[in-house]
Amino acid sequence: MTISLKPNDSPPEKLQPTGWLKYLSFSLDHKVIGLQYLVCGFLFYLIGGSLAGAIRVELTSPLSDFMPREVYNQVLTLHGTIMIFLWIVPVVNGAFGNYLIPFYVGARDMAFPRLNAVAFWLIPPSGLMLITSYFINGAAQSGWTAYPPLSITTPAAGQIIWILSVLLLGGSSIFGGINFIATILKLRRPGLKLMQLPMYCWAMLGTSILVVLSTPVLAGTLILLSFDIVAHTGFFNPSLGGNVIVYQHLFWFYSHPAVYIMVLPAFGLVSEILPIHSRKPLFGYTTMVFSIMGIVVLGLVVWAHHMFTSGTPPWMRLFFTIATAFIAVPTGIKFFNWVATLWGGKISLNAAMLFSCGFIINFVLGGITGVALAQVPFDVHVHDTYFVVAHFHYIVYGGSVFVIFSSIYHWFPKFTGKMLNENLGRFHFIITFIGFNLCFAPQHWLGLNGMPRRVAEYDPQFQVINQISSVGALLMALSTLPFLWNILQSILYGDKAGDNPWNALTPEWLTSSPPPVENWEGDAPLVIEPYGYGEKNSNKIQEGMK
Amino acid sequence: MTSIVPKEQSSESKKDLSTEEHEDFRLFGLIAFLIADGMTFAGFFAAYLTFKAVNPISPDAIYELELPLPTLNTVLLLVSSFTFHRAGKFLEKNESKQCQKWLLITGSLGLAFLISQMFEYFTLPFGLTDNLFASTFYALTGFHGLHVTLGSIMIMIIWWQTRVPSGRVNNENKFPFEAVELYWHFVDGIWVVLFIILYLL
Repeated sequence: MTISLKPNDSPPEKLQPTGWLKYLSFSLDHKVIGLQYLVCGFLFYLIGGSLAGAIRVELTSPLSDFMPREVYNQVLTLHGTIMIFLWIVPVVNGAFGNYLIPFYVGARDMAFPRLNAVAFWLIPPSGLMLITSYFINGAAQSGWTAYPPLSITTPAAGQIIWILSVLLLGGSSIFGGINFIATILKLRRPGLKLMQLPMYCWAMLGTSILVVLSTPVLAGTLILLSFDIVAHTGFFNPSLGGNVIVYQHLFWFYSHPAVYIMVLPAFGLVSEILPIHSRKPLFGYTTMVFSIMGIVVLGLVVWAHHMFTSGTPPWMRLFFTIATAFIAVPTGIKFFNWVATLWGGKISLNAAMLFSCGFIINFVLGGITGVALAQVPFDVHVHDTYFVVAHFHYIVYGGSVFVIFSSIYHWFPKFTGKMLNENLGRFHFIITFIGFNLCFAPQHWLGLNGMPRRVAEYDPQFQVINQISSVGALLMALSTLPFLWNILQSILYGDKAGDNPWNALTPEWLTSSPPPVENWEGDAPLVIEPYGYGEKNSNKIQEGMK
Repeated sequence: MTSIVPKEQSSESKKDLSTEEHEDFRLFGLIAFLIADGMTFAGFFAAYLTFKAVNPISPDAIYELELPLPTLNTVLLLVSSFTFHRAGKFLEKNESKQCQKWLLITGSLGLAFLISQMFEYFTLPFGLTDNLFASTFYALTGFHGLHVTLGSIMIMIIWWQTRVPSGRVNNENKFPFEAVELYWHFVDGIWVVLFIILYLL
């Protein structure tokens, strides 16, 4: 036998698939995993969006004539669960986090690559499980909150599959969170200080702390709920001496932070995109960092504002109203910092910038209704009406999803080495923005006038406004087409992007597009001022850059 | 057709970059995981305490706990934490035989705890679905017992892995040992809190 085999050429490496097959494999490369998260999340977004379309079709008429009420409940539950747990949380955390964080800290991969791959591969099976539960005896019917006693009395099979699926997704989320904390705190390139990191790292650190502290509580709660359903214990069943309020407390202890888990990474992504496309440093870096951490701390102690109509005692209402109002302070700081970043900048109105500006507009509207909802007298009036639906869609769609699109337009050249068509992107933005506001702005009016959420039938006086809202939903659905066409077209025939099409200073742009397997050909660059745009010495800042 | 695939590197340059030298963060990751695990228990404890404060136990419900057996369990677990620590000291001194002996004692104490817990379950005058407090008792102790079971299995695995000469856990490769030890101390700590909240309060 000839000894030509070098000791380093281990056989498993040769078995790793290459080409597009890599994206279907148990790859340990953080960039592959990030894109896996993104594409998988987008497929679930299409499913969740179709379900939303079904809801809006049903609501064009006051009677439940498009689908039976039970089916409506299932569609509603699946829509909420898919959009939260399979689209926004995995994409703003898993997709962009995995792709960008190792670049930002100057590492070649995440701290625990194998755990990372496990975290991703928990998602497709649990998502498929959730969706197939619709075809086996019907999906869960109790909404994404699964409040008992409703979740105990509705058909058990669908609810149990829902619980299993959410438990797996929660596990995936916790594994991801542990990985991000270890990567950001421990894997930084020597010489890179915490206060020199790009803002997205801080957002992901804060988010991951929330994930690690709050997701396990949801897991424990759902385990108890499954005991109630399967073994007929009475934790949350009042007829067996249980207490439904305890479920609500435990559930919202996770699910309020879950809102920040969906929107804090979006804050971070916007803070990356705005400086680059307005050629100005990010305004108020330090205040941004402290406001993120402030939101993390406050976000853990505001959960009961979801429960003002659940018979909470006055002291609790007072405490949680004040705590919630306080969250407006760090959030407001961030808002003004973004505006100040844009102020006087050399703004290029490309698709990424437009979506980020759309985010700022929508988010401030959702934020204002959020402050309003924190006030007990107002909340008692509009609780469980379409006002709440409008509010949180302004946060999670107008906020997070706009940022996801913005980020795709911004980082697509890095992902693929190809440019997206800017005109199609602007067209996509205009339809999405009009469609979104047409769909959800009228729902404020519906809620103020007392239309309850989660119900397939409603008072005929609301029909016209509901139809306007449905037209908006149709526009949102159509807006996906130019986007998909743009992606497909650009992957196949797009212009070459080059390494750094935006002239950005953050580390991921200082390597080739798409980046090599281990991120950099040589050593990782030391980027100590990632936002040094428009400053005289900005060329000197990139020490170690080749 | 072009596809979204990062540029493949030549095997030469790949070899140069293939490993990134950094310190071992696995214990750090485990600590983060144990914080998360602890939050699950915190949720259970919060639920139990709220039930106790808000839902009065009905007069005909049977919910009485005897103290002797759980006290013995507490002692078993606390001693096992100590014996695990002992085993670690011997591992540092490269005395695998002694280390294995103390690991075996630790594992046996874990099993003894489980047997004693089973015995308590079978002698208690109430079942899982009898009343709210019975359910919470079984859910909490059961979830903890699951942790002890996993811990005991892992202790047995590292007991087997510390054997000389072919075991893979030794003074140079201590991480599996340290990880299980940390986990075991965590499980013991949770038991102490559980004992105070469930049996003493």
